[in-house]
Amino acid sequence: MSSESSKLTFNDGWQYAAAPESTDHVQIDAEYGLFIGGEFVAPAEGRYFETINPATEEMLSSIALASDADVDRAVKAARKAYNGPWSKLSAADRGKYIYRIARILQERAREFAVIESLDGGKPIRESRDIDIPLSAAHFFYYAGWADKLKYAFPGRRPASLGVAGQIIPWNFPLLMAAWKIAPALACGNTVVLKPAETTPLTALKLAEVIRDAELPPGVVNIVTGAGDTGAAIVNHPDVDKIAFTGSTDVGRLIQRAIAGTGKKYTLELGGKAANIIFADAAIDQAVEGIVDGIFFNQGHVCCAGSRLLVQESVAEEVVQKLKDRMETLIVGDPLDKNTDIGAINSATQLETIESYLRLGQEEGAEMHQSSCAVPDRGYWCRPTIFTGVSQSNRIVQEEIFGPVLAIQTFRTLEEGLTKANNTPYGLSGGVWTDKGAKIFKLTQGIRAGVIWANTFNKFDPTSPFGGYKESGVGREGGMHGLAAYVRLEE
Amino acid sequence: MAATGTRVPVAKTYKIYIDGKFPRTESGRYFVLENSDGDVIANICRSSRKDFRNSVVAARTAFADWSAASAYLRGQILYRIAEMLEGRSDQFVAELILQGESKRRAQKEVEVSVDRLIHYAGWSDKYQQIFSSVNPVSSSHFNFSVLEPTGVVAVLAPDDSGLLGLVSNIAPVIVGGNTCVVLASEQMPLCAVSFAEILEAADVPRGVVNILTGFREELMQQFASHMDVNAVVYCDGDADLAKDIQNYAANNIKRVIDRVDTDWGDDSAQNPYLIEQTQEVKTTWHPIGS
Repeated sequence: MSSESSKLTFNDGWQYAAAPESTDHVQIDAEYGLFIGGEFVAPAEGRYFETINPATEEMLSSIALASDADVDRAVKAARKAYNGPWSKLSAADRGKYIYRIARILQERAREFAVIESLDGGKPIRESRDIDIPLSAAHFFYYAGWADKLKYAFPGRRPASLGVAGQIIPWNFPLLMAAWKIAPALACGNTVVLKPAETTPLTALKLAEVIRDAELPPGVVNIVTGAGDTGAAIVNHPDVDKIAFTGSTDVGRLIQRAIAGTGKKYTLELGGKAANIIFADAAIDQAVEGIVDGIFFNQGHVCCAGSRLLVQESVAEEVVQKLKDRMETLIVGDPLDKNTDIGAINSATQLETIESYLRLGQEEGAEMHQSSCAVPDRGYWCRPTIFTGVSQSNRIVQEEIFGPVLAIQTFRTLEEGLTKANNTPYGLSGGVWTDKGAKIFKLTQGIRAGVIWANTFNKFDPTSPFGGYKESGVGREGGMHGLAAYVRLEE
Repeated sequence: MAATGTRVPVAKTYKIYIDGKFPRTESGRYFVLENSDGDVIANICRSSRKDFRNSVVAARTAFADWSAASAYLRGQILYRIAEMLEGRSDQFVAELILQGESKRRAQKEVEVSVDRLIHYAGWSDKYQQIFSSVNPVSSSHFNFSVLEPTGVVAVLAPDDSGLLGLVSNIAPVIVGGNTCVVLASEQMPLCAVSFAEILEAADVPRGVVNILTGFREELMQQFASHMDVNAVVYCDGDADLAKDIQNYAANNIKRVIDRVDTDWGDDSAQNPYLIEQTQEVKTTWHPIGS
């Protein structure tokens, strides 16, 4: 069968009607303060910043900008809650509070999904089916650990650390908050969390949930702001642990900033994962996996399959099918249930992506983009692939964090593996083959923390996540995620 | 000149250990090790940054095979190290005494070192079972997490322990499939060099352990900052040194392992959590289907 005859023609004959998710039931306040000590308070210096909808560039809300004084106030509230009610509570009751958060999130799932898509630009299909349900599941999972910690560490007594300072990115705003807060609370710590400045809304809605769940005041504090607010958390002397998800460059700064302080830390940083496709793979299924791997969440995914390594004998077929499939992807309104690729998160990120598109071409690679139309307003990037790239190209070595795929070929398993491992990163990887033994050969050989076989970008609260090499330190999720939030005593 | 009827003793040349060979430092430099009376014990290699870089290349090359060796084999090789050390314990006791230890303490240190190696030899095929998990994900995948070695580990061995501190740091690193470059105690370097000979006799593959002697003030930065080193272990120093190490380590997000204030003679200095420190958790999603 020629690749031409297998071309998907979804758009011939009929078009998708718009199917926008309603926003009627969503309540976004005109202004949000900082969530400190169980209530929303005004920032000390009275400064605010705007959060916008990246699909329309319209302002959604005005958000408090936390200064050093505000962060100090939040840390004090967290310390007070740690010394007070939270450490006096039985572990089982601690768990019950976390279960409450999970339940309320499930009840308010639709509202959270809409806000996540409004504030961050991701398709409602993803926020509805992935971000929000997984966030609730994460709280539910760790809630149950609260009174079972001693079974996770044979021969040791796990003790809480104190106040955890947590800084999260804009690509999975609520999910990252859940990844950080749930294990911290389960292990008996209190929290000061800073959401990303472009996507603060679901974290602030989560603050409402935490308030409604009647957690003791100060157990979770949420401060909003940009890099300076994050730095104030990292540098605060009364914070015992830093958990950060973001770029490797900022991770490096954090590791340096807390050098010599004795603060415990986990860093979940960048990636440049390879999806490795063998000739014996189910090619159509693999093409779907490649699409999921790089275009999921506009490619704003640290574990994205941003490199494709395809075995030479099927390269032409795979690339053609991929181009055909890209033509069918719907780019546009994040709130439309048919949308596959939403808005780029911010103007800044769009600039970064576009600079890499120029760079890739300057380096001699051939760029191919979907011919789809994109809306006039907002930040958009068509799904893009590069062929004819070499291992040393910057679009192969550096994290772009957008819907941009660099395609290389290989002949032998060893060559594929060598190329897959030849970046400073080691967060994730993918293998596509019909042979079980080959899967394990590859999954053992890839130097990365999460490996998907014949699938990609799957997540689960029970499944540990985190990187080798410059992709970070420590794991989040699963039993292994507990270690980040305890001190082990003999 | 030797008196009639006695024999002229043959002194040993203490060299460094890189890639299974015993070269002198490429720099040609040395420092003098003296006993408490000021007598010269030996000229010790003052290793250079170039020696360190060569060692990292050897360790990285050795990593592929050593990390793929079976747990059973690694366990037997650690056990073999213990056997060799036990058999040559008199030499190590003598060297420790030469460097100022009492005979009783020296004997104890060698005994505990042998026992420590046996302890870790036994962990080789067990720590994985303690720290691994099968994760009950909600989709149709067989999902499991296992430990894999971090890679090349740079070890600044403790200064106040000539043998036991060295062994206590090397064993948990290599039993888990890592390779390492170790800077021996500056004030008591003799046993480290002799221990390299033990490693050689015990069939430890070349490059798995590389041992340098020299000045930590001179080499610390390179140990902590080298871009092809995955983790750095340190055992001495104040908060300023810890800060420097972590600062340099951030170049490539190295794992930083602080073993300051360890009582090397105590049982608390050996446990599987110390193996886990130089391990990475890998999670695999394997499809279930037809």
